[in-house]
Amino acid sequence: MEKQNLKGWLYLLPAFLFLGVFMIYPLIDVFVYSFEEGYNSASQTFFDVGMYNYSYVLHDPYFLQAVKNTFILVIITVPLSTGLALLISLGLSSIRPLKELFQTVYFLPYVTNTLAVGLVFMILFKKTAYSDGLVNLLVNWFGGTSVDFIDGPYWAKMFVLCFYTVWVVMPFKILILTSALASVNQVYYNAARVDGTSRFRIFRRITLPMISPTVFYLIITGFIGAFKAYSDAVALFGTNLNAAEMNTIVGYVYDMLYGDSGGYPSYASAAAILLFAIVLTITCINLLVSRKHVHYT
Amino acid sequence: MKIVLEHLTKKFPGRGRKSHGEVTAVNNFDFEIPDGKLVGLLGPSGCGKSTTLNLICGLQKPTGGRILFGEDDVTNLPPEHRGVGLVFQNYALYPHLTVKKNITFPLENLRGADKLTKSEMEARALEAAKLVQIEELMDRRPGELSGGQQQRVAIARALVKMPRVLLLDEPLSNLDARLRLQTREEIRRIQKQTQITTVFVTHDQDEAMSISDLIVVMKEGVVQQIGRPQEVYDDPVNLFVAKFLGTPPINVFQGAVRAETLYIGKDAVLTVKGVADQEVSVGIRPEGFLLQEDGPLCCHLGRIEVMGRDISVVSTHECCEAPAIRSIINAENIVDASSEFVRFAVKPRKLYLFRRDTGERIAFDTDPVQ
Repeated sequence: MEKQNLKGWLYLLPAFLFLGVFMIYPLIDVFVYSFEEGYNSASQTFFDVGMYNYSYVLHDPYFLQAVKNTFILVIITVPLSTGLALLISLGLSSIRPLKELFQTVYFLPYVTNTLAVGLVFMILFKKTAYSDGLVNLLVNWFGGTSVDFIDGPYWAKMFVLCFYTVWVVMPFKILILTSALASVNQVYYNAARVDGTSRFRIFRRITLPMISPTVFYLIITGFIGAFKAYSDAVALFGTNLNAAEMNTIVGYVYDMLYGDSGGYPSYASAAAILLFAIVLTITCINLLVSRKHVHYT
Repeated sequence: MKIVLEHLTKKFPGRGRKSHGEVTAVNNFDFEIPDGKLVGLLGPSGCGKSTTLNLICGLQKPTGGRILFGEDDVTNLPPEHRGVGLVFQNYALYPHLTVKKNITFPLENLRGADKLTKSEMEARALEAAKLVQIEELMDRRPGELSGGQQQRVAIARALVKMPRVLLLDEPLSNLDARLRLQTREEIRRIQKQTQITTVFVTHDQDEAMSISDLIVVMKEGVVQQIGRPQEVYDDPVNLFVAKFLGTPPINVFQGAVRAETLYIGKDAVLTVKGVADQEVSVGIRPEGFLLQEDGPLCCHLGRIEVMGRDISVVSTHECCEAPAIRSIINAENIVDASSEFVRFAVKPRKLYLFRRDTGERIAFDTDPVQ
């Protein structure tokens, strides 16, 4: 028994080493930096220890803007993308002909480069001196006036960012949900049919509970992913996100480290720890809520 | 509610290339299941018995023919309007719902005039649960129940909406041997108590014989024989039915009729009046053998198994299709295990003649060969 245990630990050792060096140690380090005022990574020096970094970050209008943007993004895109993905998966699993084709089409965005897609979105939405862009063409068709989605009002930019994010995260969710739906045994549907259950009730009372672990997994990872959004905003609005009012928390951390106004690892660390705290809280809330609604069998 | 199947046919399109042709799972079924009876559909795997059940239930549409419940033509009705309760082979209990919720699930679907209040539903559920004796398990989840208990819950769920017809698909196949015996008695009891016309599917002839009022023996989509279990056992219409029913199975010999005498190898076993000279298959039930020192059928003695009340004599004969002949003999007989040969006489009523080519039964009158 004793020997078995030792062997187990031995097998775990490589993973522990790598995780320890490249994840746990840096995490602790970031935590430490966040309390060291004016930390300089070159000279490894700092002035004082305290809460000043947090106070600075929390009073920085750019950070508050980033938090606001991130929260809007999370609240809109996570439910929307999960819900849409569920609808599309349901559609995909109820058709026979061309099913594989549609599955491939819906999965394509996943294997496409984020920045390339961002560029395409920018071209679609951007209003320039020469052209109003394809989307504005549609807006005009339906009697609206052109809006500059890339350099225009805040809501328009936020709309594009959310649209883009939903579009980018959906393929993975569709893939996962389609396989979850396929794994629900047909016999339950037959049983429900014999009992005269309506399609909606079958979905709500049978399908949804049966795929609830998968849905829950997608929601948790969706929240975490959306809170860590950064490259999407860069792809659409360029690197100077603060000026565009489109910065995210991760974007703020990056700017504090390497941006034009960068070179402040202490502030970056404090912001990163704040993000960590937010994600942790939301995940815990998710776990609590899920206890009631997720059925593991 | 009697069930009438009229020329019922179900064909499935062939797999892959069209040239493979279609598969006829159910071929021109034409019979009536009387009201309040327990009927077993019996046959080997792939004989179309589950398809028949699905057709009666409405989960599959027939290619041709009609299904009537009483006087109502239900052929084109969806399952929910037929008033059937179906118990699935693996029970199909909803794993995320408690036993009580599982049982009330069909009731919650009722709409309009049939809509029930919550207390009515609970009363009905409790009634069904009492019938199958699971009332103390109502708050458990299916995962916390044994196979037998799950089976009962499934039956309760099928019965709670008071169906006109109860259908069971291989109801005992997922249970262990002891539970199987118990549960089949239970199904019999519940059916007797509720008097619902019940059809169940099984490949296990023991199961079908022991509890059915009527068995339907099927092979490759064609009904072979319908009748009370004992009738079918005693009077099989062909070699397939004779082989399918009975444990141990019937012993089949290659024989020949010459001048109204049946020969198995060189042994003249019986006189068979009214049978023309021909090659035949001879089926003899295990209980059809009598130990007799000067008996006409001479076999090589293999071994003897004592089973208490009976003894089973395992022997060989060059004309037997199977590697061994199994005969069941009253334990009062004494067999000398060291002798090389054993001689049998045959009970004429336990011996059947079948045509060698088609397997059809050949009728005969007999006097035992003296």
